[in-house]
Amino acid sequence: MKSGPLQRVAFAVYVAIFFLYLLGPLAVMGVSAFNTPQYPQVWPIEGVTLDWFSQLFADEDLMDGLVTSLWIGLLVVAISVPVGLAGAIVMTQIQPRVRSAYYLVVVSPVLTPGIIIGISTVVFWREFTTLTGMKFLYDGIILTVIGQSSFISAYCMLIILARLQRFDQAQQEAALDLGATYPQVFRHILLPFLQPALFSAAVLAFLSSFENYNTTTFAILSDKTLTTVLAGRVRQGSTPAISALAVIIVAATLVGAVAYELWKRRADAAAGRRLRAAQMAEESELAGNAAIEPAAA
Amino acid sequence: MGATGGLTLVFGLPLAVALFFFALSAYERRMGLATGPGFFQRNGLAVGLYLVLAVGFWVFFVIVLPQFSMVDMSFRPKLPPSQMGGPKDVFTLENYRYFLFGSTTSTASWNWIHLKAFALTIGVSIAITLFNFALCYPIAFHMAQSAGAARLRILLLLMIIPYWVNEILRAFAFRVLLSSGGIINKLLLGAGLVAEPIDFLGADIGLYMGLSYAYLLMMVFPLYSAIESLDRNQIEAARDLGAPWWHIHLFVVMPHAKPGIASGCTLVFMLCAGALAAPLVLAGPRTLWFTPIVYDRFYQAFNWPQGAAYAFILLVTCIVFVLMVLKMFRLSLGEITR
Repeated sequence: MKSGPLQRVAFAVYVAIFFLYLLGPLAVMGVSAFNTPQYPQVWPIEGVTLDWFSQLFADEDLMDGLVTSLWIGLLVVAISVPVGLAGAIVMTQIQPRVRSAYYLVVVSPVLTPGIIIGISTVVFWREFTTLTGMKFLYDGIILTVIGQSSFISAYCMLIILARLQRFDQAQQEAALDLGATYPQVFRHILLPFLQPALFSAAVLAFLSSFENYNTTTFAILSDKTLTTVLAGRVRQGSTPAISALAVIIVAATLVGAVAYELWKRRADAAAGRRLRAAQMAEESELAGNAAIEPAAA
Repeated sequence: MGATGGLTLVFGLPLAVALFFFALSAYERRMGLATGPGFFQRNGLAVGLYLVLAVGFWVFFVIVLPQFSMVDMSFRPKLPPSQMGGPKDVFTLENYRYFLFGSTTSTASWNWIHLKAFALTIGVSIAITLFNFALCYPIAFHMAQSAGAARLRILLLLMIIPYWVNEILRAFAFRVLLSSGGIINKLLLGAGLVAEPIDFLGADIGLYMGLSYAYLLMMVFPLYSAIESLDRNQIEAARDLGAPWWHIHLFVVMPHAKPGIASGCTLVFMLCAGALAAPLVLAGPRTLWFTPIVYDRFYQAFNWPQGAAYAFILLVTCIVFVLMVLKMFRLSLGEITR
């Protein structure tokens, strides 16, 4: 956009304010993780310390919660990605008349407040397990996994659906004509095509589960996850150890984001190479060159 | 009608609907109205079974039945376990009566505390939604239409980092920032603007800022992806025809970005109205917010039916909000959840 110098300055000021608002609070918290006073303090810096980090690792409840959170995250990935995949495939096959009703039902968890998902999960499974005598299912970790899966599966479905809509049905028909069975088409054509979306869905599912609080706090019953322990600590009073935890999470996110970016670039490059190889193969085919290695495509 | 009766209803209704659709599809197939291969023919038995079981479990046991049983519970009285399913376990409106009048039987006076908290929650959530839209629209437009590739990547990275920081930690960051000994108060005192520290948290400013902050990116990303799909030539054409900049935004960009605007607004509203972490961390002693009240129904008052009723009230409000936004923008649900 062409604009005058005044407008450009105004816009730069706005962008600065926006990012100050977005990153400022985190930066302030980050600094307080290294400052010595008992209460998280940014200024004056009275001394640089790493005590708050060691205090964090010595906090057994928090560490137990972390382990529980990691397990829940993995279980949620193990459920949400296959369920989201099934949901997306059914979406493309279901009769148009039923599709909008089906869509409404499976997308509704995304637009439902998390506490309501937590509440309804606990209420239903308490009744259901009492009635069927399967009391062992009424367990904080199981309920949390189920509750989180309701909306995380919907996220996964939306991600996978976006890619599935670009799937060329002709590929499937070609495979069937060449004698492949349906499970083979699913295993060797559809899944490889969806692989990038499945990976993105898994990452998103794990992160959403790991940072979830609203659903978890209701569904976890007497167990503890990282977020519920954290909420208890924060309510008891502010300590720089919590800031230290935030610093670790931000650092982990940064590493993850950079790794993902690198992976994506490599995947894009590989896709580009495959495409060029396919084009070259096609061209030489057209030129009457029969000896093409099948692997090139 | 006992608890078993309630559960029959909870199970029976969705089952009946599913059977109806199944019968309908079987009928259409027999009459030759539906074409193409059948479901199991198309997917094979193993994959077909996986699809049916996975989606069936998800739709019934994870989404629909829990919601139904929560609604069912909200219309029941609070009873000790021994009396559940007994003659006293009947459908009742007493939990909703309590929300309105503060008593399960009398309707003499209004339950002002809960009603006020509810109204405030909805009102503030709408205000925060509008504020976040105003704050995020320019940056989303810039990212989608005028930023170069390298710059865009940096901006996105700067946004992704705070995005994955936990809600509780974000709220905690605001507590560090705004507490009476916090940096903002120190700056204000140092500049001589105020004589004594401002109690941001007691005045709920902390809560409102924290909520707006927590869901800022939920507004940026949908706006960005909606504006990105707009052909830049349309903006150029409008400018060449002499449209002032605000015309371009109001009549070219925004109509195109409608689905993104609606999607961002619904998300921010829903997350604000249902936020639990920020009110727990940032609320002052007299703060009114609806979700902590719901939480207390369950784990302080141990009155689950009442809690279920409160949760259902919140859910209905969110549904009404989504429907209103869809109506206002003349959109379908499919367009805003992309």
